[in-house]
Amino acid sequence: MSVSKDELLHIAKLANLKLNDNEIDKYLKNLEDILNYAEVIENAPIDDCTETIGANDNANAFRSDIVSEFDNIDGIFEIAPSTERNMFKIPKVIQ
Amino acid sequence: MSEMNRKEMILMEDDITRLTVHELVDKLNSNELTSEEITKAYIDRINEKEKDVNAFVTLTTDTALEKAKEMDKKRYSNNAEFSGNTKMRENLVGIPIGIKDNMCTTGVKTTCSSKMLENFVSPYNATVVDKVNDSGLISLGKLNMDEFAMGSSTEHSAMKITRNPWDLNKVPGGSSGGSAAAVASDMVPWALGSDTGGSIRQPASLCGVVGLKPTYGLVSRYGLVAFASSLDQIGPITKDVKDCAMLMNVIAGYDEKDSTSIDMPKVDYVSALKNDVKGLKIGVPKEFFGEGINEEVKDQLQKAIEIYKELGAEVEECSLNISEYALATYYIVSCAEASSNLGRFDGIRYGHRTENFSDLNELFVNSRTEGFGDEVKRRIILGTYVLSSGYYDAYYKKAQKVRTFVKKEFDKCFAKYDVLLTPTSPIPAFDIGSKSDNPLEMYLADICTVSINIANLCAISIPAGVTSDNMPVGMQLIGNRFTEATLLNTAYTFEQKTNFRDKYKPSFRREEK
Repeated sequence: MSVSKDELLHIAKLANLKLNDNEIDKYLKNLEDILNYAEVIENAPIDDCTETIGANDNANAFRSDIVSEFDNIDGIFEIAPSTERNMFKIPKVIQ
Repeated sequence: MSEMNRKEMILMEDDITRLTVHELVDKLNSNELTSEEITKAYIDRINEKEKDVNAFVTLTTDTALEKAKEMDKKRYSNNAEFSGNTKMRENLVGIPIGIKDNMCTTGVKTTCSSKMLENFVSPYNATVVDKVNDSGLISLGKLNMDEFAMGSSTEHSAMKITRNPWDLNKVPGGSSGGSAAAVASDMVPWALGSDTGGSIRQPASLCGVVGLKPTYGLVSRYGLVAFASSLDQIGPITKDVKDCAMLMNVIAGYDEKDSTSIDMPKVDYVSALKNDVKGLKIGVPKEFFGEGINEEVKDQLQKAIEIYKELGAEVEECSLNISEYALATYYIVSCAEASSNLGRFDGIRYGHRTENFSDLNELFVNSRTEGFGDEVKRRIILGTYVLSSGYYDAYYKKAQKVRTFVKKEFDKCFAKYDVLLTPTSPIPAFDIGSKSDNPLEMYLADICTVSINIANLCAISIPAGVTSDNMPVGMQLIGNRFTEATLLNTAYTFEQKTNFRDKYKPSFRREEK
């Protein structure tokens, strides 16, 4: 399985990452190695297997519909890179 | 006890830090030691050894000593507040601990060994951290790891490179390498680690200590920074099996804040230690002893098999041909989940924010590009690739089916055997730098451990012996879902017979190369 440079750049864009030329060469090689290794699953006898969805057999975890307040709202804003009043501050979206 | 008698009985500090937690608890209960003395001995040990081992990202030794004094008061006074506090498990009050740096702690940074979270202080505690605090345990600090727990050597930490106490030129394993190295070098009496594909067991194996990955759902993941949510579990890294059982008693249990945690009756893991494996059925899957497994590792495991036979267990070779399928599946599923989980790091609410942006999109991209290290980016890209349109069916969907296949194959084994015995790591600790340029080779270090996470089972690694070069070799015992009690007893019985800790200890050697 080989991955093209355009494909890698498309994937990086989807992942919100910017790659420099060194990284592009390195990751192309790494992806190819790993995907080639991953081809062993082609031979796995999985015809009668369904997909595993989630780790446990329990289908859902229900909770009572009760509000519980988080008691450290200040702590949330203290670690934000930029805030104003009780809001996170981001660059202007609509020019 | 008079001051005179006390002094006569006081141990040398190095002897104190060599003790297991259950031995420390005995000494606290008999007034031979105070929490302050124990904590001070550990702080002195850290001051001596940390410069060589580099296990800690953040030390909390300055507050630990104050807490120890407080815990001594709580332990010895008849203070009404304390005696009325049923949450305090009295026997562990005043014992130190170390915590892997991916579990959230208020007031102390949780960096995940990443530049992305370099200055992150969580506004809440992980449930395991609450449980540890409620038991009166004292944290000595946050322990180094591969960035976001992605790696098998702790070389992928953005903070520092942790060294193996048995040979300072070698890796401690990973990703809980700081936890395993700190326990092995007696800088903490025990530690918490996390395991997504072997991250507790493999470093425990490489550092000659005990590490348990509990069944998925037994320990709450609330407040554990997510890597691959369907595989992650928190577990103990300890000096011996009894300590492991004691720490499981502290951290196991249902948590309504983690909807994947299982509500089931509490088990006392310490009382499960019977020192008896007569009639226990142990399967030895031959595929785990094939190509790629170091000869000295095989030899040590062969000896362990003979010891189990002597102890009266029924040991039998069996077949379990899943390792390669499981490893490929692991890297597909875990990277897919990681690419989704790590999408939350956007530079807006917490974590690294770039200084270099002109619009919102640039803020996202540059914050992530600057904040994540090489291995994390590699896995995000691989995960995004296998989830992307056109490749989803070929990789992710197929991998989810292989996951079911791996579970079924294990089910067949557990219909016949109580426990499976394999190596933990195909090789003993390797040289720092020897695999860091070859990701695929590094991934192969997990070949014996990942299938347990893929099938949501439990497994423990305990020391089986050492190589001719005096490096520890770990044995992995695998149990069916929620059979930790059987697993711990199986490990305990072997440990009581072989006494690894009495025979071997780390040398802190550093050969010039």
